[in-house]
This record gives sequence, structure tokens and C-alpha cells, in this order.
Amino acid sequence: MRHIISVLLENEAGALSRVSGLFSARGYNIESLTVAPTDDPTLSRMTLVTTGSEEIIEQIKKQLNKLVDTVKLLDLTEGRHIEREMMLIKVRAVKEGREELKRLTDIFRAKIIDVTETSYVVELTGTSQKLDAFIQAVPEGLVVEVVRSGPTGIARGEKGLTL
Amino acid sequence: MELSGAEIIVQALIDEGVEYVFGYPGGAVLHTYDALFKQDKVKHILVRHEQAATHGADGYARATGRCGVALVTSGPGATNAVTGIATAFMDSIPMVILSGQVPTPVIGSDAFQEVDTVGITRPCVKHNYLVKDVHDLALTIRKAFYIAMSGRPGPVLVDIPKDVTDPKIKIPYHYPKDIKMRSYSPALKGHPGQIKKAVDVLLQAKRPVLYTGGGVILGEASQALRDLVEKTGFPITSTLMGLGAFPMTDPRFLGMLGMHGTYEANMAMHETDVLFAIGARFDDRVTGKIEQFCPHATIIHLDVDPSSISKNVRVDIPIVGPVGSVLADMARLLKEHKQGPDPVALAEWWRQIEEWRGVKCLAYDRHSPLIKPQFAVETLYKVTEGGLYLTSDVGQHQMFAAQFYPFDEPRRWINSGGLGTMGFGLPAAMGVQLAFPDATVACVSGEASILMCIQEMATCKQYDLPIKVILLNNGYMGMVRQWQEFFYESRYSHSYVDALPDFVKLSESFGHVGMRVEQPGDLEGAMREAFAMKDRFVFMDIVVDPAENVYPMIEAGKGHHEMHLSPERELA
Ligand SMILES: Cc1ncc(C[n+]2csc(CCOP(=O)(O)OP(=O)(O)O)c2C)c(N)n1
Ligand SMILES: [Mg+2]
Repeated sequence: MRHIISVLLENEAGALSRVSGLFSARGYNIESLTVAPTDDPTLSRMTLVTTGSEEIIEQIKKQLNKLVDTVKLLDLTEGRHIEREMMLIKVRAVKEGREELKRLTDIFRAKIIDVTETSYVVELTGTSQKLDAFIQAVPEGLVVEVVRSGPTGIARGEKGLTL
Repeated sequence: MELSGAEIIVQALIDEGVEYVFGYPGGAVLHTYDALFKQDKVKHILVRHEQAATHGADGYARATGRCGVALVTSGPGATNAVTGIATAFMDSIPMVILSGQVPTPVIGSDAFQEVDTVGITRPCVKHNYLVKDVHDLALTIRKAFYIAMSGRPGPVLVDIPKDVTDPKIKIPYHYPKDIKMRSYSPALKGHPGQIKKAVDVLLQAKRPVLYTGGGVILGEASQALRDLVEKTGFPITSTLMGLGAFPMTDPRFLGMLGMHGTYEANMAMHETDVLFAIGARFDDRVTGKIEQFCPHATIIHLDVDPSSISKNVRVDIPIVGPVGSVLADMARLLKEHKQGPDPVALAEWWRQIEEWRGVKCLAYDRHSPLIKPQFAVETLYKVTEGGLYLTSDVGQHQMFAAQFYPFDEPRRWINSGGLGTMGFGLPAAMGVQLAFPDATVACVSGEASILMCIQEMATCKQYDLPIKVILLNNGYMGMVRQWQEFFYESRYSHSYVDALPDFVKLSESFGHVGMRVEQPGDLEGAMREAFAMKDRFVFMDIVVDPAENVYPMIEAGKGHHEMHLSPERELA
């Protein structure tokens, strides 16, 4: 099963490599990993997407918790939560194609944020499936470059993953 | 008090109450060595290879329960120490390693003797730090000791660039006594609900087994464990790492379990209906084939490390907490129960166990004209009356020692279980002997293992450590040869130890006493002579049967009930 796990980490040098080292050393899957400091600059928030059997996910969470830099951990998949990923996609846009890509962008509520005579850069935020769908919808052969942030997430409701 | 970084390191060690630092100097730690030179509170033990610095600190920690300390230089000093760090990590031994690093301005430039020590050691430490500012030094060292010693213990490395130890830069010194870390809080108590559930299940058991590991010793829970056995009358077995937590001469002790465990211990594991794992981690050398592990049992697992629970084997009742405190809570609950365990079922269970015991799985040929390694260990037990601190290397001799030298106290049996590091025994014995100068300390080894840290005989000379090396010399990497005999049709590929030194002359050249024993009849007398030399390091080169195998044996990936037993059992 796919799990999305949020980790609050001490914002220390090497914390990220401890996490990535843990996944490679123990042979766990890692689909994506994003990390950035929070409003409290001494803390980083990491979002991890991983897959595995329930036993493996349990171990992953325990091992992450065991890291001395880990302050708190939450498996977002266990409750109601919101997931968002951001994508920047560069597409070839010439002649009639330009109109069609513009329409597509509107349908997906994406934004064109860079324009040349032959290309657009489109910015799109949403669930990972929505980003997949956009890529699918771009006509064959027009995608030049895809940059995805990997999902981040937050639990619904009033409670926060804080100190 | 204004101190330089180098002085802060030394003062912090003093404030931690550190007796010994095992180390080896080099460019990146010269300031620190100069600070060491100017004081006499912390004693420095100069080893002859950094591997021995970490093993020495490790042996000290295992024997005392205190934190071992090693000090090494950058680059090769640090890489040489890695084997000892990994050894300590696998067996959860508390240790602080201080490593020198190149000065901060040149980090990352491939400077002379630069390696990424924090990166290299990351997977084999509990935690590590690179200190870039002298103002962080005292607090970081304090954290290192705290992390190393608390929860599930382990090695913590502090990498210190040379400029951070600069003698010209002095800052106010403050060493915090208490420490709290928001990201690190080991469990201090077990969950009462889980403990109650466990007690209820234990009292219902008809065929219970206590399976205990190194965690009992690390958690200082030996007495609590003894009380539990006293209270319940349950049979108990132990891993290699837990030997001595419960007296091995007690009839309720079934012997070690696992790959070279006793028939009765392994059969009891196979038939038990309630298994209580205490400070043990279900290592593959213990479980054998997971699918066949304790097929009939409800499993209770008590461990201070949540990630040990249900890692290899699915557990029914997990209890996270310090072993000692949880066992004490259990004892209280057991006392409240009017009814103890079912006496009829327990008597029947013991009858079954005695029947398995009757197989006499450890019997060996006592009429052999060659010295049998088992006989050598038995003689060692007889001569030392069980009073040894015994360290070991890795191989057959290690298993024979575990099987034939019954320890009645914890922290007496000191060996590398998790990593299985050849070369561990002699330097570890140095740490033990330094901790307990008046104790009798021996190292059982093999002719292959001993050569991996043989240089430490010089350290033993320098510090007058009267260790006794009990070399079971079979001329082979016996454990390797045994596997080749069993699984590779006796093709002994590179397991014959050719071109051995004359160990007697070698010992003498280091300034020690060397002895060689070849006849079974000479062994006891020679050992008595060796142990009578209380203030000398004695190297006993004992020529043993080159063809002996360790039995019982469970092949990797087989179940507990599928043991190979010795073909010589009938001869005994
Ligand atoms: C550093 C290291 N290298 C290799 C091994 C693999 N190994 C395990 S036992 C063994 C043979 C040990 O031979 P010896 O010390 O003579 O002991 P014996 O088995 O003969 O008693 C070897 C090579 C190891 N455990 N450690
Ligand atoms: Mg040998």
C-alpha cells in the first residue's frame, strides 16, 4: 500500500542523509521525499511517499521514529488528509497547438508562467493523479521537460503536527 | 573557567567520570593529546591499531556497564575504528568515539587525511555529530554520552575538526548536568495494560519458555529475571549475548538456543505455547526459518527499542520499556495473583524437557588421543572455578566456550555476537582487565582470529595486563571448515591456516610467557601453571583436534526441530 508520512525533524546538517540512508540500508521503497524548514527555523518538515506491506510500513515508521533527529511523525494515510504536488511542465507550443495547450491549461486550472514563440511553461498544483492526467492530456510529442515536487501533505482538521 | 576546545574535550571526559580513553594519536588530534598530557585524571591507553581502541572501549563497557571511550585521528584513524564501532553497534554497546577531523576551512577539499567520517559511520552508530563551532563542543559531548547510555545503548561518534580544538581560542566552559532533547526520549516505563495482558497470558501457559537476550544484561535486569524464574518456575533459554544473566548452572536453564543451541532449548522453542522474549531481537541465528519459528506459541516481547518488536517475527503482545522496570512491574502483578501457573501442566512440561535433555546433545568423544576443544574449555572452567571474565573471538572456539563454560553472572561473557568480528577478543580483554585489575581475565581464541589483532600484545606489555590467551589451535578457520565439510563436500577452500607463527616465541618476543600444550593429559597442569602466574600475560597455544565440529547445528534456514546432532554422541 502507498503511504504518505510526515516527519518533523531537527533542522540539522545530515538529517536528510540519515533518512535517505535508512531507506537504502534497509531496502525500503521511497517514491518521493520533500523537505524544507518550517516557520520554526530549527525544524524541518519532511514528506515521504513510500509503499510496502503493513509490516514494512510499520517498521519504516519505527525506524524513522528511532532516528535521534526525529521530533514527531505522522502517517497521513491513517486519517483524512490533503495531498498536493506541484509541477512545472515545459511544452512545445507552435501554431494551432498554442491555442489547444492554452485551453488545456484552463481546464486544469493551471497557469502559463513563461512564454516563448515556440514554448510554454505551465505550472500546475494538485493531487499526483491530476498531474498525471495533465501530462496524459498533452498531445503526443509536445512535452519537453517535466519537473515535479513530489507530494506534500497535511492532515485535515484543527490539530497540527507541531511541537 | 576559560578553556580551549582541546581542554574542553578532556574536561568533559573528566566531568563524565571517564577512567580510560583508548586511543591512538595523529595530526588532527594533536591539540587534544597535548591537553591529555597536561592532566592525570583521565588515563589514556595507547593501543597499537585503532580497531583495538574501539574494541578495548567496548570490552570495558560490556564488563562494567559504563560508557567506553575511544579517541582516534582523522582519515585512516577513523576508518580503522569503523570495525569496532560497527561491532559495538550490532550488540548495542554504549561507546563514545571522538575522532579528529581536518580543519573546518578545508573540509570537502580532499585535504590530507580527510574522510567523511560522519558519512562513513552513519549506518553503524546510534548517532553522530560533526562539531563545527567550539561553542557547541561541550554540549555535543554531553549529548553523545547521554544518547550512548540511554534507551537502547549504542556507539555515538563526535567528529571534531582540528581548528575547533585550537589551544589559542579559549571560551567559557560549562558542562550541562541534565539534558533533555525534544527529538529523543527513550521509554522509561512499560505500558501497564500490556504488562497486565502479558502476565495473564503467562499464567495461562502450559508449556512456557523464557527466551532472554543481551538486553537483560544491558538493562541491568539480571536480578529481576532471576526473580521471575523463581516466582514462576518457568524454563529459560538465552541467546549468545544474554549468557550469564541467569545462572547457567541452574537446572532451570536449558542452555543457549539457536544455530548451535542445545537440543532441549531448541525443542522447547519448537513446542512452547507461550514464548516470553526478554531483551532479545529474534536474530536469524536464533530463529532459524521464520515460518517454522515457535509454531504453537503466543509471543510476548519485551524490549526497550520499539523497532525490535515485530521486525522479524510477528509478536502478539508487545511491551516497550526498560527490561528491569517492566519485569519489576510484572513481579508485583504476579504477587497479587492468588493462583500461580498451572502446576500439573508445568510438571508435564518439565518431564518433556528432561526427556530432551536426556539426548545429551553436547556429549563428545572423551577418549580421543587429541585434545578436544570442548575438553579444553571444560578444563578452563575447572581450573578457574567459573570465576573468569572470558572474552572471545569468532568461530568454533566461541561456540565451544558458550556451550561449555557456564557463566553464573552477567557481564562475564564478552563476545561479538551481532557482527561476529574476528580480532575482538584480545583488545576487548584489555578493556576488561583495565576495568577490573584484580579479576582473572582470559580470551579464548582461534589461531586465525588471534592474528587479526595480535599487535595488541604490545599494549598488554606496556600496561602490564595479565590476560591469559587460551588459543584453541585447530590449524583451520574451524567454523569455515565445518561449513565447507557440511555444505561443500569437504572442499576446504582457503580455510587452512598455513604458515602459522610459533606462538610461544611470538609471545616471548613481546615480553610475555608462551606455552604450548599438545597432550590431553598435560592440559590441566599447564592451565593451573598459567593461571598461577597472576601478574603475567600468558599465551597458551593449545593444539586441538583439527576435525572437530560444533554440535548441535541447525543449518541456516531450517527450523528448530531440524538439528544435526553429533555423530560422536554414542561414544561418550
Ligand atoms: C573479520 C572477520 N573476517 C571473517 C570472518 C568469517 N569467519 C567466521 S569464523 C572464521 C574462522 C575463525 O577461525 P579461528 O579463529 O581459527 O577459529 P575456529 O573456528 O577455528 O575456532 C571466519 C574466517 C569473521 N567472522 N570476521
Ligand atoms: Mg582455528
